Amino acid sequence: MAHFALKYLRREALPTTFCPGCGCGIVANCFLKAVEELGRSSLEGFVFCSGIGCSSWIPNPYFKADSIHALHGRSIPVAMGVKLVRPDLQVVVFGGDGDLAGIGLSHLIHAARRNLEVLVIMVNNMVYGMTGGQVAPTTPRGMVTGTTPYGNPEPSMDVARLVADAGASYVARWTVAHAVALKESIKRGLEVRGLAYVEAVAQCPSQLGRRNKMPSPAEVMRWLLKNSVSLAKLEGGWEEGKIPVGVYVDRGRAGFVESYRGMAEALRRVK
Amino acid sequence: MEERVLTGIHFWEGNVACAEGALAAGCSFFAGYPITPQREIMERMAARLPKLGGVFIQVEDEIAAVNSLVGASWAGAKAMTATSGPGFSLMQEGIGYLIMTETPAVIVDVQRLGPATGQATKCGQGDVMQARWGRHGDQALVALCPNSSQEMFELTVEAFNLSERLRCPVLLMADEVVAHLRERVEVPPPDRVVVEGRRRPSSLDEAPFGSARPDGVPPMPLLGEGFNVLVTGSTHDEYGLRHTASAMVHRRLVSRLVRKIMDRADELAEVEVRGLEEADVGVVSYGCTSRSVYRAVRMAEARGVKVGHVRLKTLWPFPSKPVRALSEAVKAIVVPELNLGQMCLEVERVAAEPCRVIPLNKVGGGLVITPDEVLRALLKWS
Repeated sequence: MAHFALKYLRREALPTTFCPGCGCGIVANCFLKAVEELGRSSLEGFVFCSGIGCSSWIPNPYFKADSIHALHGRSIPVAMGVKLVRPDLQVVVFGGDGDLAGIGLSHLIHAARRNLEVLVIMVNNMVYGMTGGQVAPTTPRGMVTGTTPYGNPEPSMDVARLVADAGASYVARWTVAHAVALKESIKRGLEVRGLAYVEAVAQCPSQLGRRNKMPSPAEVMRWLLKNSVSLAKLEGGWEEGKIPVGVYVDRGRAGFVESYRGMAEALRRVK
Repeated sequence: MEERVLTGIHFWEGNVACAEGALAAGCSFFAGYPITPQREIMERMAARLPKLGGVFIQVEDEIAAVNSLVGASWAGAKAMTATSGPGFSLMQEGIGYLIMTETPAVIVDVQRLGPATGQATKCGQGDVMQARWGRHGDQALVALCPNSSQEMFELTVEAFNLSERLRCPVLLMADEVVAHLRERVEVPPPDRVVVEGRRRPSSLDEAPFGSARPDGVPPMPLLGEGFNVLVTGSTHDEYGLRHTASAMVHRRLVSRLVRKIMDRADELAEVEVRGLEEADVGVVSYGCTSRSVYRAVRMAEARGVKVGHVRLKTLWPFPSKPVRALSEAVKAIVVPELNLGQMCLEVERVAAEPCRVIPLNKVGGGLVITPDEVLRALLKWS
């Protein structure tokens, strides 16, 4: 029997260019499983926007769907342009932590504030992988990368908390070692009213693992599991070196396009 | 009912005429970030677009503005942003992306005095070379340059039409003086405004990024119509698949993107030409500076000096032929500009020997080049 995901994939683009053991495959699998469980037999009606980085390649070119592979950090403005013009299309953003929380952070915060009706999936591998492994805003303190050869002196950033505080309707974080929970959050994210942000903390054995005494994918995934803490158990919701997992917020709020269209409709009723 | 085309005679400043030109051309998406001196364009769009069923959004920065045009345009809208100097610098990477992905969009730069923050409210013409060369990599686009409120309307319509016809971003290089000049604007009835649409693929198989047609412009599919379109700023083949190492694919793509503009440079060259026959001296002008030139030419002719004047409405691709023709008719061409000498370099490039090119430059304080100053130069070099 063919793999369930093949019907969603652009076969001429396979195999993928991801490194062996990359976390992107698990994230793609969780997303497509969520789509299938929601009863969608194809990706018709979806538009995928992504930036620059390894995880931005998940939809473009591998998904058999419309996709825009945007500039580094700029997937969210592109997604906003699509959604405002075609509210009927379901817009999903894929990006890495460097793309969405580094260079593109301002757009992510403002999209959350507007509560733009898109699902943002951030694959957080805690490093700039495509450029060979430089420190990211999400790299844990002390980790060795290409640009922190003596260990990262900076604290890392809780992007999920930031997006929740900025006003998004739905925010969750899991690691790829929590694949079922991740898939369930993606399902919820595809159905919620407003912006959904789902963070998937993932291994990058090639660029982060090998520099930090975890050269195999399984070792990094064990590290992810060992350091994951349920959000409910963390005092203040954050502890350096730990990965809070769980649902930060789940609230139906009017989204930006809904509000904008409502304003425009009301204007046109006025003579 | 809100009217899209405000047919009639108006007393409009250039920025308002520009916004109205965009609406008349069918613009339905505007994203912008506040900056002087373009603000009247975005405030006009904020007031008008929602009533017309379109979308206006003030975004977090100019980078978001230009990138939102990508999504809006592929979703089917005619999309525009407007900015001034610093914002134009921030948009350059996005403009390169629009070129590479063959995405129609219009970007207005109401030029002010740079560099950096410069003199934010004062007029300048210092962005004209940036318009041509501001991005990394080989590329070409179209840049138009109005010199009146009427042209702020007309050339904005033209910018949309060219951007749809050529599938490339088109720049409207306005300046602070033209943007804030209030004068008569005549808006024709809707059926007299020529509006071009987008050429769409005839089948799902037609390649969106390659063309066998001589014009080199492929048809453009839209999102949400079953094309499974792949849009990428990376080097891609005719179906949008990335080729990050193939020399052949890169050369084929980038050569076509440049050729589709440069091969029709003559057709795109819109100029106003006056008095080339028996001219004693020439002048090449554009934007607000050309208004002083009109007067200087009359003053010179009252003194018996005949002046050949080429006024550029298209800045890029550069209208080489009419400028070359002028250089063959005169011994010297004066090029007045509100910068320290930019388009004069292009005039020098195309001018025939032994014609001399005389820059006439002024920057600072919002001072314009006066008719007297142009006149003195014309008399000196006639």
